[in-house]
Formats: sequence, C-alpha cells, structure tokens
Amino acid sequence: MVDVLVKTQKLKKYFRAGKSGLLDKILRQLPPLVKAVDDVNLEIGKGEVVALVGESGCGKTTFGRLLTTLETPTEGEIYFDGRQVTKSDQKAVRRKVQMVFQNPYESLDPRQSVKGIVTEPLSKMGISKVEKDAQFEKVMSAVGLDQNFGERRPRDLSGGQRQRVAVARSIVSNPEFIALDEPTSALDASVQSQVLNLLVGLREEYNFSYLVITHNIAVARYISDRVATMYAGQIVELGPTGEVLKDPKHPYTQALLKSVPSLDTKKIEPPHGEVPSLINLPSGCRFHTRCPFVMEKCKTEDPSMRRVGNVDVACWLF
Amino acid sequence: MADSDDSDIVDIEGLTITYRTVYGNLVSLNSVDFKVKRGESVSIVGESGSGKSTLGLAIVRLLAPNASYSSGRIMLDGHDVTKLSNRQVSLLRGTTAFMIFQDPLNTLNPVKRVDVQMLEAIRSRLKQEGQPFNEESAYKEAVDRLNDVRMPDADSIITRYPHQLSGGQIQRVVIAMGLLMRPKLMIADEPTSALDVTVQAQVLELLRDLQRNYQMSIIFITHDINVAHSISERMVVMYAGEVIEASPTESLVKNGLHPYSQALIASIPTISKSEGKLTAIAGSPPDMISPPNGCRFHPRCPHVMQVCTVQSPRTTVKDGSEVRCFLYG
Repeated sequence: MVDVLVKTQKLKKYFRAGKSGLLDKILRQLPPLVKAVDDVNLEIGKGEVVALVGESGCGKTTFGRLLTTLETPTEGEIYFDGRQVTKSDQKAVRRKVQMVFQNPYESLDPRQSVKGIVTEPLSKMGISKVEKDAQFEKVMSAVGLDQNFGERRPRDLSGGQRQRVAVARSIVSNPEFIALDEPTSALDASVQSQVLNLLVGLREEYNFSYLVITHNIAVARYISDRVATMYAGQIVELGPTGEVLKDPKHPYTQALLKSVPSLDTKKIEPPHGEVPSLINLPSGCRFHTRCPFVMEKCKTEDPSMRRVGNVDVACWLF
Repeated sequence: MADSDDSDIVDIEGLTITYRTVYGNLVSLNSVDFKVKRGESVSIVGESGSGKSTLGLAIVRLLAPNASYSSGRIMLDGHDVTKLSNRQVSLLRGTTAFMIFQDPLNTLNPVKRVDVQMLEAIRSRLKQEGQPFNEESAYKEAVDRLNDVRMPDADSIITRYPHQLSGGQIQRVVIAMGLLMRPKLMIADEPTSALDVTVQAQVLELLRDLQRNYQMSIIFITHDINVAHSISERMVVMYAGEVIEASPTESLVKNGLHPYSQALIASIPTISKSEGKLTAIAGSPPDMISPPNGCRFHPRCPHVMQVCTVQSPRTTVKDGSEVRCFLYG
C-alpha cells in the first residue's frame, strides 16, 4: 500500500436550501437541509488517481470542493499527509492542493493574460520574478503550449488550449493533489483525448494524486487506478477501476454502466426513475426506490460498506 | 404532389450557407449533399464548428439573420425550403419537421404551465388541419402522449411549471409536444448533451421506440460517436463545413474510410478499451473564415499527399459508403 495523501473520515457537508426570510426568523424556522455529502470515507494514496462517478446532483463536485478546502465540512475530518485539516491551517493546505474546473470558457479570467492566469497561484508564495518566469516556462512546456501564449488572453484560445492553461495553472505551484471537476466534458472528442493524454503524462512525470470527478465512465476507465461510485451523497462502491467496471457489484454501478452508449453494443438499459431529492432522502438504502433487487430490509436499514474481494460495496446483497 | 412515400423526406443538394461576420464571410456549409429516407434515423457527427447544427437549422429555416443560403436546394417532404415564403415554412415546422434543441430548459416557456403549452401545440396542429379544437379531448391527448414518452405521474406533471421538472422530464415533455404535432421528421440537435448518462439512455431508448412505432425519420446531431452509434442506422461525418463521409453506422464504426473518421473513432476512450495512449488528432479544427486549400483536413491528416494540398476531393462511393478523400480516388 502506498502512503495515504488525502483521507476523509465521516465527511459531511449540509447546505441550507435558500435564505431564511423574516417570517422564518420570527417562527424560528430554518430552510430545509440539503445533504450534499453524507458520511463519506475515502483515502487517496500518493500518486494515485481516483475517479468519482455519479449522476448530477449526487454530491461529487461538493466532495471535490471539500478536499481542496473550498468548502468547510459540516462534520467529519479531512487529513492531508497525515495531519488533520483545521480552519487555521487551511491556508497551508491550499498551497498543496489545486482544482481544475469543468468549463475552461468560464473558469479563466477573461481580462488577464495567460501568463497572469498561470502564475497567479505563485503570487502569495514569496517567489522572485526570475523564479516565477522559470516556473512559467516549465509548466507551459509541460502542457504543450508555446511560450508566446503568455501575452494572449483567454478569448484568443481554443477550448483545448484553454483547458491546457487551466491545467498549467493548477500545476504551477507544485501541488501534491489536484481535483479535476469534469476536466474534458466541455471539449470535443479529438481535443478530449489530447487533454487526457496530457493528464496521464503529467501524473507519470510529477507523481501527482488526482481526484477526477466525471460522469463519463469511459474517461474514468482510461485515467484512474480506483473508481468510486457516488449516489445521493454517499459512496456506494469503491474498488480498482478494472475490477469495478468489469464486474460491478452494486446495482447502481451496474445500472450506470448499462446506460453508457458504446461502440461495442447497441443495447442500453437505463435504470428507472429519477435521482432522489437530497432534501427528502428515501429511508434505508437510498437507491432502493430504483433498485431492481430491492428487498424489505433495504427500505428500512441503511447498508454499510462491506469488503467483497478487492471492492468495497454498500448493499444488502452482500 | 411530390410527397409520395418513396421520395426522400430530406434531399439536400449542393447546399452552401454563409454567415456574414465582422471578420469576413464564414462559409459554414460548403456544397453539402445530404439525404434522409422516410423512417430512417441518421446521425450527423462532427466537432464544434463543423457546421452540423447549421445543417439542422437550415432544414427548418431557423438560421440566424446573418446567414444566407448562397446556393443549393433543400427539399423537405417535396418542398424546396429555400424558395418558400415565411408563412409556408411556418406551416412545415412542427407538423412536417420538428426540432429539439440541446438545452431543454430554454425550450419551454418558463411562465406557462406544461398543460397550457401542450394545448397550444394541439391547437396549432388542428388549425393547420382545419379541425375544431376541443379542450377536453385535447387534454386527454396531451396526457396520452406524456404516457407514451413514459413520464411517470403524467397527470400531475402536466399541471406543473417547467422549473418544477428535472432536465430529463423537460426533454420528455418537449418530445411529447413533438409527438402531438405528428411530425414526419424529428431533428434533434444534441438533445442529450445536457443530461446525465442514465437520463440520456432513457431518452435514446424513447426516440428509438418512436422511430419504430410512428415510422418517424430522425436526424440526430451529436458530437458523441457512442450516442450516434446507439441511435442511428446511418452516420454522416462533417468536418469544417463539408460532409466527408456518409456510411452505414456499423461499417463506419468498424472500418471508417476517411482518415478523419478513423482518427475520431480511435480518439474516444471506451470502457472495454484497455490502457495505452489514446490516439489524439494533432492540431485543431481550421479557421472557417480562411479554411485551408484543397482538402480541408490535409493539415491534420496522417496520409496527406501532394494532391490533397491543392485540390478538393470529390465524393466517391465505395462498399455502400460515400467518402470524400483522394485515398479512394
């Protein structure tokens, strides 16, 4: 087992849905709770790539934001390099973590030059201008962009080039951990493969740990060592990517895989129903309303994670 | 009348469409030929900016005001769309060709309930048919179509506003409205790109059933080859405003002829494909205001020859596929 870099324990993040108005204040009512991340335990090793897959609204982005300290957990702990992350040392942790966002058309400041965007994370680190320039040259060549892009603005760049700039910015401060939120879903197929190859190459060279948040299972298959399936705020299955995708244990992972259109088969079998609201979660197992194997027990009791071979799965079938 | 059953529902020949922009004229479609048979489902795949959406919009004449039909003709169910008056085209929209757009949230009117909007669709169809409108039977028809698209609780969903529905539910409402119009052709422009995989799978399954049960033709515009493969019988690949290959889906996926089709298929990660580098296509799509000379793909093509840089290839037919490349003559 490699050293653990990031670890979460019973991590929870609840949001209040909407602001409380005057009447709510008088009546001492609070808006309902949205349980975006509910009791998640996950370990990411040094140099390991974990993919987090699931439908929209299952809490995967919130989880990524928690790990990069962009959100503060409601309950539970995050450990970074063996040390618990508390409010006071968030700043120190932030130097070692970075996040790449989904849409490079929105995540880059349109008024800054590429050089300004890429070197911004260094500005708080007390680094001399010469070092800054050297680091800029280094990361630009690492992501396969020419030096003279430095003076351009994001509007002059194509989607693939913009996402390369976003990746360059995320590695400029030599982080240890990068959360990538749907890094390729805004890109065309031919450009997507360029960016995926880049991410794999960078990881081999610098030994980064990635959390790749994606709804595209084929991307997860290509890039990750382990894959975690998330449903309604919880991880329901976690294991080595090849094993989970070849022989999924949890009925939700199975349903997800059967929904993916592929070049191998014309058959697709989607699960029925809709993702539950994170405000009114179903009792018992959260997937029981859509599960083809639902039993009496599933409706009342929430299954805990159990180890089956190399895979952890939360389902009463095991 | 030209709309006998054996004529093609869509028959486009030599279509060229130009957008006037501040940077110069942009030829979005360059001499495109495109046919769809009755009851057939065809997908158009290509990267952003390849002209696939322009082609879809051109068929129902919903192009932006700075676009002009430079040459060519578009026969839609026997009518030349480029020659009709606005009023005549509006009669074709909905009942002959129905278009579904990428973002379902922008398709419905946010301040009207679903039932009001669905009844409007029925009213406009009956008006075109010259039939009287009966609210009670129309309401029943609307609920029936929602059941057809497998909407759970159709009775309660129909009384809601669009913001109370999920993305998948709204897309199903839009498709149900399409069915109310009983179109001969449904043009779907990236209808599932804004949806989750599970919802996407539900919508794809639904469209396939409808094609089978109503003998409806489908033009499915997408950048996702996996999706195109699961929905269509024939696939048309576009690159920089030109159709470069049109083949039966299976043969295109297994033995694509054009180097661009091959590269596109090799570049997508799949669940079954094992590790190793993805073969990326070098370079980026061309600037459409001043596209390269000769074959537009030649700057990125691994098999580029002298002739490709100067001359534009013609369409050749090989094993039931149409391909535009000098490798095939």
